[in-house]
Amino acid sequence: MMRSPELEKMPRAELEKLQLERLQEKVRYVYEKVPFYRRAFKEKGVTPDDIQTLADIRKLPFTIKLDFRDNYPYGLIAVPPEDIVRIHSSSGTTGKPIIAPYTRGDVDTWSEIMARTLATSGVTKDDVLQNAYGYGLFTGGLGFHYGAELLGASVIPTSGGNTKRQILLLQDLGTTVITCTPSYALIIAETARDMGIDIRESQLRLGVLGAEPWSEKMRQDIEERLGITAINIYGLTEIIGPGVSVECEHKNGMHIAEDHFLVEVIDPQTEEPVPYGQEGELVITTLTKEAQPVIRFRTRDIISLNPEPCECGRTMTRMSRVTGRSDDMIIVRGVNVFPSQIESVLLEVEGVEPHYQIVVDRQHGFKSDELEVWVEVSDQVFSDEMQKMEALEKKLRSEMDSVLGISARIKLVEPKTITRSEGKAKRVVDRSEL
Amino acid sequence: MRVKQVSVFVENHPGRLEAILKVLEEKQISIQALSISETAEFGIVRMILADPEKGHDALRQTGFTTRTDWILAAEMPDVPGGLLNNVAKPLSDAGVNLKYFYAYIEHAENKAMVVLKPDDIEKAEQVLKAKMA
Repeated sequence: MMRSPELEKMPRAELEKLQLERLQEKVRYVYEKVPFYRRAFKEKGVTPDDIQTLADIRKLPFTIKLDFRDNYPYGLIAVPPEDIVRIHSSSGTTGKPIIAPYTRGDVDTWSEIMARTLATSGVTKDDVLQNAYGYGLFTGGLGFHYGAELLGASVIPTSGGNTKRQILLLQDLGTTVITCTPSYALIIAETARDMGIDIRESQLRLGVLGAEPWSEKMRQDIEERLGITAINIYGLTEIIGPGVSVECEHKNGMHIAEDHFLVEVIDPQTEEPVPYGQEGELVITTLTKEAQPVIRFRTRDIISLNPEPCECGRTMTRMSRVTGRSDDMIIVRGVNVFPSQIESVLLEVEGVEPHYQIVVDRQHGFKSDELEVWVEVSDQVFSDEMQKMEALEKKLRSEMDSVLGISARIKLVEPKTITRSEGKAKRVVDRSEL
Repeated sequence: MRVKQVSVFVENHPGRLEAILKVLEEKQISIQALSISETAEFGIVRMILADPEKGHDALRQTGFTTRTDWILAAEMPDVPGGLLNNVAKPLSDAGVNLKYFYAYIEHAENKAMVVLKPDDIEKAEQVLKAKMA
């Protein structure tokens, strides 16, 4: 259902006019209120008056994750601290947390964006929505909660965890929509199976899933095991939380809330814009945020944009799934390669564990002439027959070829050869470190 | 007869075989036969152990990728032509192909032993049983 057809179906020319007005206003706003931006603009020799078209946004400096850390906690806010009514935070992977402060106006805007987002995903006021995103500092819990309430759905704020109770409530209260991470949706499916309960026989019909990268294959798995339609939603703490983009019922790209977020896609190396349809790093400028507006935030998420009109009638541009992180990108013989692509190949091959490492020669930056992928041999794929081991190697090599478009050298290694670091595994290593 | 073989995946560099043997020594498991099949990068170490289950578990706990398989063992007199006439020819006559095999000597009984993995274990077993009888 369309909550605000006048915005969602707005002709592109009108939408771009609205975006330009909001951009000009916001650029002036941060220039006046946030010393960090005034300094950064001056370094680039740009003033708010230089923004005459949407393309002029390229004159503005980027904001990166590090800027949030360097200006922690309140260095990027544009309002007096007493105007802030709520603060969320994301832990990030290292160092200081990133904080997301909201004014009264921001909370209202966000709630409206989330109500519209949920409506786009297929939620209605008649739904019983069980919100299993974590409540607390994480933007997921309260972001979904406020949006769903505004939409008029019955919200069950279960937060994450205590899966057995989740399943009991889901059955007893007739939950029709579950909101959680894709991996938690699978945990619910598994736990239900262990309890001897078939979720497919419940009222559950829809899942609005996000906050972590996932694949089409995982979607099929979730849809089949829970008997639901699984919708992908995207957002990030630095920008607002959930609500930046979401899929409609056609499940073919996530509609970006372009009246609130101006997006660009750039080549992470050259920082130049890439053509529509081509993968690059997503850059977002907030057009309506008050407490902590962000100019040209480099998300590090790799996506592509699809400007074609959608069957649903919305004119808002669609973005693809996040297929990788630009931090991890390596260039092999001129081809951009993301560890996530390599992982997806490995996961396709039955029994291969996603313990892999990519070896590059970093003497020339991230560029490398050869791609070598180390794959740990698990008990499932190990054979006493050399022929079968060679066939495995060959299969991995040809899958890599067809997915990446470049040939990779596959090296089968013993388990635990690949360094396990805390939390995240180190996927790309320099040959000189070995 | 069928015997349980323990196979271990190893990278092809110095010290890996030693690491396997140390585990077996520590657990006091003797090796009756051993063969290595290798590429430039890795190898498969196959062994007939006095206690295959114990050996397999100990190696796995140490972190090796390892597995056990039932394969065939056949004995023959330790004389010229023993392998040819008692094992190789009967199997080839029956159209059984071998994926790998290796041999060892039982000193005490003056017998030669061969362990082998045929493509058709049932058939190979029948052929060899008939030969022994």
